[in-house]
Formats: sequence, structure tokens, C-alpha cells
Amino acid sequence: MLSLRGVSVRYGDTVAVDEVSLDLAAGQVLAVLGPSGCGKSTLLRAVAGLEPLSGGSISVDDADLAGVPTHKRGFALMFQDGQLFAHLTVARNVAYALRLRRTPSARLAARVRELLELVGLSGYDDRLPGTLSGGERQRVALARALAVEPRLILLDEPLSALDATLRERLAADLREILHAAGTTALLVTHDHDEAFALADRLAVMRDGRVVQSGEIDEVWREPVDEETALFLGYARVVRGEAASEVLDAAGLPAAPAVALRRSALVADGAARGIRARVESARVTPEQVRLVVHADGIGRLDAVAPLGSRVSPGDEVALRVDVTRLAVLPITPGA
Amino acid sequence: MRRLLALLALAAAPVLVLGVLFVLPVSGMVAEGFVADGRFAPGAVLDVLARPRVHRVAWFTVWTSGAATLLAVVLGLPAAYALHRLALPGRAAVRAAMLVPFVLPTVVVGVAFRQLLGEGGPLGFLGLDGTPVAIVCGLVFFNVAVVVRTVGVAWESLDPRPGQAAAALGASPWQVLRTVTLPALRPAIVGAASIVFLFCATAFGIVLTLGGVKHATVETEIYLLTTTIFDLQAAAALSVLQIVVVVGLLALAARLRATPDPTAHRTVTPVRAVRRGDAPVVVATLLVLGAMLLPILTLVLGSLSVGEGWGLDNYRALSTSGDDQALLVPVTTALVTSLRTAVDATWMALLVGVLVATIVTRRSHSVAERRVRSILDGFFMLPLGVSAVTLGFGFLITLDRPPLDLRDSPLLVPMAQALVALPLVVRTLTPVLGGIDDRQRQAAASLGASPWRTLLTVDLPVVWKPMLAASGFAFAASLGEFGATSFLARDDSPTLPVVIFRLIGHPGEMNYGMALAASVVLAAATAVVMLAVERLRVPGVGAF
Repeated sequence: MLSLRGVSVRYGDTVAVDEVSLDLAAGQVLAVLGPSGCGKSTLLRAVAGLEPLSGGSISVDDADLAGVPTHKRGFALMFQDGQLFAHLTVARNVAYALRLRRTPSARLAARVRELLELVGLSGYDDRLPGTLSGGERQRVALARALAVEPRLILLDEPLSALDATLRERLAADLREILHAAGTTALLVTHDHDEAFALADRLAVMRDGRVVQSGEIDEVWREPVDEETALFLGYARVVRGEAASEVLDAAGLPAAPAVALRRSALVADGAARGIRARVESARVTPEQVRLVVHADGIGRLDAVAPLGSRVSPGDEVALRVDVTRLAVLPITPGA
Repeated sequence: MRRLLALLALAAAPVLVLGVLFVLPVSGMVAEGFVADGRFAPGAVLDVLARPRVHRVAWFTVWTSGAATLLAVVLGLPAAYALHRLALPGRAAVRAAMLVPFVLPTVVVGVAFRQLLGEGGPLGFLGLDGTPVAIVCGLVFFNVAVVVRTVGVAWESLDPRPGQAAAALGASPWQVLRTVTLPALRPAIVGAASIVFLFCATAFGIVLTLGGVKHATVETEIYLLTTTIFDLQAAAALSVLQIVVVVGLLALAARLRATPDPTAHRTVTPVRAVRRGDAPVVVATLLVLGAMLLPILTLVLGSLSVGEGWGLDNYRALSTSGDDQALLVPVTTALVTSLRTAVDATWMALLVGVLVATIVTRRSHSVAERRVRSILDGFFMLPLGVSAVTLGFGFLITLDRPPLDLRDSPLLVPMAQALVALPLVVRTLTPVLGGIDDRQRQAAASLGASPWRTLLTVDLPVVWKPMLAASGFAFAASLGEFGATSFLARDDSPTLPVVIFRLIGHPGEMNYGMALAASVVLAAATAVVMLAVERLRVPGVGAF
């Protein structure tokens, strides 16, 4: 549906977005994931028509968007902190786009009620944005964006301004609402949790370029390089001999580099595995987190089941969980 | 409790200053109207207020001020946008140039408009000289800068994202302006409009030079009543009327403005490149700029014309005291007096202003403390609302006997001017000081900084530039101050605006030429100061 071909955005000599090509099918949610300053927000703004392109093209359903101003693109844009219209009530915020289209008042009222119900804010009609909590503001912003069933909804870090608990809850709601409405969405974020919670597809961006894109589990299983792996939430990347030893313990063929999640190495009392000495142990609600040192490999992260008695100085054997590591496609010597 | 006492102690000095130099003279002036033969007699005041001429004058004040305010807002908005949001080449210089009229001596502007609209002037064929239209134009000329500055600064710090969200939802640029941007700017627009209305309603020099006796506003009527008819009771009655209306208006404006939005995000938005769609705005701005330059240009040309040709004769004559002994001292001496007075007025206004700004911006720890601070805040803004003429006349009748006999003090004029400049200083400094997060001071204190050291290391680095800018404002305002000075300056040591007014009043081509030349000198001095101020501007803050 949305298709970007070699899109570039430059400010003077700085290249903010460098020849990015992406495709997004109708009804899908694509997350562009990258550290701050990687150009992902600029990319989003370019799709919205807020930044002029210095190269490439953006098209929707094969119609080029060049020269189409923002307000004629039929998209909706949702910012990190909602950006509600502070002088309008919740109901008027939600109805904003409907009023622009001169929707008859009976239909308008019905639609507003329906949308507020959808985002779980029935009865909030006459509240002013200033009196809402962060999560409520985001819900109103979402209702406002969905009001006229946009062809595409653009989300700029929609959950980043919220605290962890609220973020998790709203992420689930948001995903459900987007899927229920069948909305196509482009999301940019620096938070891999946010991306995993909302998206079907993932594009990883760095220094203005898309370094990897694909189905979300595909990208997750096969990160293209070390930086991407770390950014996706892998705890550590080991290289060379050390990588081979870890892979050997997992029964996999040797490779030059392997990215490990924290839970890839488990000290669950197995007799065989990588021998290591515990350096520190910390209890979390789900498991005991260890930092261990293995001869010939170096320092590693590992976990032990809750209740296991491990303390610094102990010798442990680490089982390798093959579902929690990724072999990186790096050529030796790179 | 200890904090409250410390606050009151700190506030004592400026309160005392304002009490003696402001409340006393103004109440002296007011008492003049209400007290006859040592008894309270309000009847005379009511009689005055019933006079048809007073009604006429009051109505004239209201409609000219209203019309001028409306025009200033309409003309100022496009310029505010163009000069604060678009990457126009030379916009800093243009912003400074636009600010010049605001501090330009009122008398100079009056002269410039007469030169422009009078017989033989470039726009003389319009026949506007001496009409209310000319007065409205003069008022607009002065106050467009207030709108441009106040609204421009707000526009600059407006988060662009709600507008972008609206555009993405299908709002055209025009709809975004109407439904998102203007409502967000409403506090700034209302604030600017109320200040402009206030300035228009209390404008003195411009109305006096353009309207004379025929078209008097309340302010000039007070002057005429006291200086030419000696009807002090009537003058006092009008002063009271003015104070009541102005205080009411200020309170109303404060209510309209008091809609701070806790979720609003203050940023400094980078300016963006000019696009083809901006053409109407840019053209409108250029037109406003042209209209503002026209009177000044006419003034400069007039000062350079001698008889049939051109020359510097008018400027050379500035070292004389005019044809027919129009003046007691040469104009150059008056210039020196003006500069010296302005220096004195500036340090006084700055001293009191810094103290006031510090007091009203410190965070309150209790309800009582907050209440005290807000009362002080309002109190120190009062000079903004009271006419300079009332103030000057009040000085004259109250500070003339022991223990406070200041009539012959060389500090009398600077003190009056400092009071007029005080609100400008406070308004420039408060947003800056208020913008410093109090937690920064707490962090400094927790790291072992004494209150004094906190002031030096946290506040001063942020505030020294605005402080210089405030000094510039105060200096310029005092250079051009005419209302109070015209009462207080002694005949043998007049300031430049007073001299200019006298020169226009005296017959003789030479005198008029000298008035024009002196006006150019004064305008140039003010412009230089304002250019310096503009360079010191902190983006995103600054009242006007």
C-alpha cells in the first residue's frame, strides 16, 4: 500500500534520511526502530508531507505523493505526547477531523461516542486535555487519529512518554484497536519493546539508512550485525573462538559471531555445559541474573531459576538455549 | 513564617520607593480633585464628569484607542509570523527596526507625521493632517511593534506539532491557523492587545502634537486643563477616571490571559525556509515595514532640506538656541542633559526592577507567601497604567515641601522617568528569571552553594543578557519620555523631547528645521540602543 523508493532527506550538508526503501501492505503495522538521531522521525515526517524530499519517491497505492500537501494525504499523525488541541474538549478533539469534513452533527456525535468507547474513555467528552493523565491523552490522540478512518496512521513514539506499567497496558490496547480497525500504520520508535508490542514488520534504521527489514521474528532471529543485535535487546555479542565454544556447547556449527540473550545461558544444575565461575548474582521477579566468567570465553550473562542457591565464587555449568541466541552473518576478520 | 518576613523585608525597599515616588504623587493629584478647602467634596468631580466636553473626550479616547488597537493587531500578526517563524534574510535587523518606533520619542513621531501628512508633505494631498485618522495612524505606528514582539515571541515558542497533527487530519493551512494556531496564541494576542490599548489610551506626545486642542484624549485633556486653564479639579477628576478605567482593564486582561496550559510544550522552533505560499505574509510584512519607514524617511528628508536645496544647516543650528530665542539653551546642551538624565533613570529603574523581578519570581512556599508575591506583582505594574502626565503633575504638587523637597533636585526628572521605565524592566526580566527551574537553585544549594553564590552561578549567567537588554529599554524609554518630563524639566535644563516640542510651538522656518534635525538625532540615538537590545534578545522570552 505504502511504498518508499530511495527516499532521501537532507538539511544542508547533513543527510538525515539516506535512500530508504520500504514497503507496507494494507492492514499491516510496520515499526521503524532506531536510536535517537538516526533519522526515523524525519522519515515519518517525510511520509506525512512535512519534510520535502531531496530524492526518491513515496507512493500510496501506486499514486506518487510528490506535491500532495499534508492535509490532502488522508493520513493521521500521532505524536509522542499526544499533542491534543489544548483549547478543545476531549470530544471536540476527537471530532476535529469530522468537523473539517462537515459531518452532520448526529453522525458526528455517534462517531465520537463510538471512538471514545473504543479507547475506553466513555464519559470523558467534556474534559479538557489539561486535566487528563498521560495515558488518557494518548488514548484521545488515538481516537482523534482514527476518527475519519485514515488510509495510514503515522505513530511517532506513541508510548515513550508513559511509564512502564501504563506502556505495557496501552500497547496491548493499541495493537488490538489498530487490528480491529484494520488500520495500516507506520510506527517509529527507539524502544524495541514498543516495536515488538505493536508491529508485524520491523525495519532497523541507523545513520539515516535502513540496515535491516523484514517480518518481526525474522529480524529478531537473524540480526544483520552486532549493533543491530544489541539494539534489538540482545545482551552480549561474542566473537571468534569464544563464539565457536558457545555454539559448540549448543550443538551448532561454528560461526564468527553469536549474539546472546541474557537467558541464552542457563545455570539449572545440568552436569554438562560451559564451565564458569559466578561473579555476581541478582534476584529479579522472574529469575536470578548472573554475571559469570568462563575460561576461554570471557565474561557472560546467564540466568538461574528462582530459588537456586548460587553465590559469587561458585562454579556452575551453563546449558545453552538455542532459541535465545542468534548467529550473526559476519565474515571472519570483519 | 521566617520566609514571609524575609520576603517582606526584601520587598520593603522597592515598596517604599514606589510609595514615595508613585503612590504619593498620584494620590496627591487625586486629592486635589476631591478635597476643597480642607474638606472632602466629591461633588465637584461628579460635576466635571457630567460635562459634555468630558464625554466627548472620553469617547474620543476610547474609539481612537480601540481602532488603533485593532489595526495594530491586524497589521502585526503577519509580521510577527514572518519575522519570527520564517528564515527571511536580515530579519534580525528588521525586527530591531520595527522596535524603534515603539521607543521613539512620541514628540518625534508627532513631528514626523505632521511632516508626512501636512501641507506640502508627501501624503499632504490626503488632507489627513489634524484629523482623528492621523492620530489613529500615529498610535498604530507606535504599537505595531508591541504586537509583533509579544505575539512573535509566543509564536516562536509554540510547539508546531499540534498544527502538524491537524494538517495530517486534513486541515488546510488556513484551517490550521484558524482552529489550532490562533487559539493557542490567544493569550499572547489578548495580552498584546490590552497593552496596546493601554498605551494608546494614555498616549500623550503623539496626540498632543497631532490633535492639539481640537482632538483631545483624556491624557492630553489633563495636560491642557492643568497647564493652560489651571482647572486642577477637572484634571484630577479625569485622572481618577483614567486610573479606574485602566486598572479595570488591566485586571480584565489578566483574567483573559490567565489560561496557562500545563500540557503545552515550550520550545524554540527553528525558523523554516520561505516557500511560495508565504508570499502574502511576506508582502504584508513589507507593506507594514514600508508604512513604518515612510514617516521616518520624511522626517530625515525634511531635516536635510534647506530653502530650495539640501544641506546640513538645520544640524549646524543645533548648537544655537534657535531663532527668536525660542530656547534658553542650545539644543546640543539639551542632548547632553537628555543623555545624562537617561543614564540616571536607567540605573534607578534597573536597581528597583531587578529587586522586583527577583521578588515576584521566587517560588512561594506557602499560600500567604504566594498571595503577598502576587499583590506585589500587581503593585509594581501600576505605573504602566497611570498616565505620565498625572505622575509628573503629582510630583510637582507633592514633592515640593519638606521633608521631601525635590523640586530643585537634579534627580527629580530621572526619578519620574525611572518609574515610567520600571514596568518595561520588570516585564523583560520576569519571564527570564521565572523560567529558571527552581530545582537548579536547589541543586546548587545541595552542592554547597550559599544563596549569594547560587545567585551568581545559577541566575546571573542566564539573566545578564536580558538585564543589559532591559537597561537598553529603560535608556531608550527615558530618552524619549515626554509626558512627565514636560512638567518637571526646568526651563534652563530641558531634555531633547521638551526642546523639540518647544521648537515646533515657536514660529520660524529655522525653528521647525531644527526640530526636525533634533528629532532625527534623538531617533538615531534610540535606534542604536534598540539595535543593541535586539542583539541581546534571548529567543523565546521577552515581553516587548
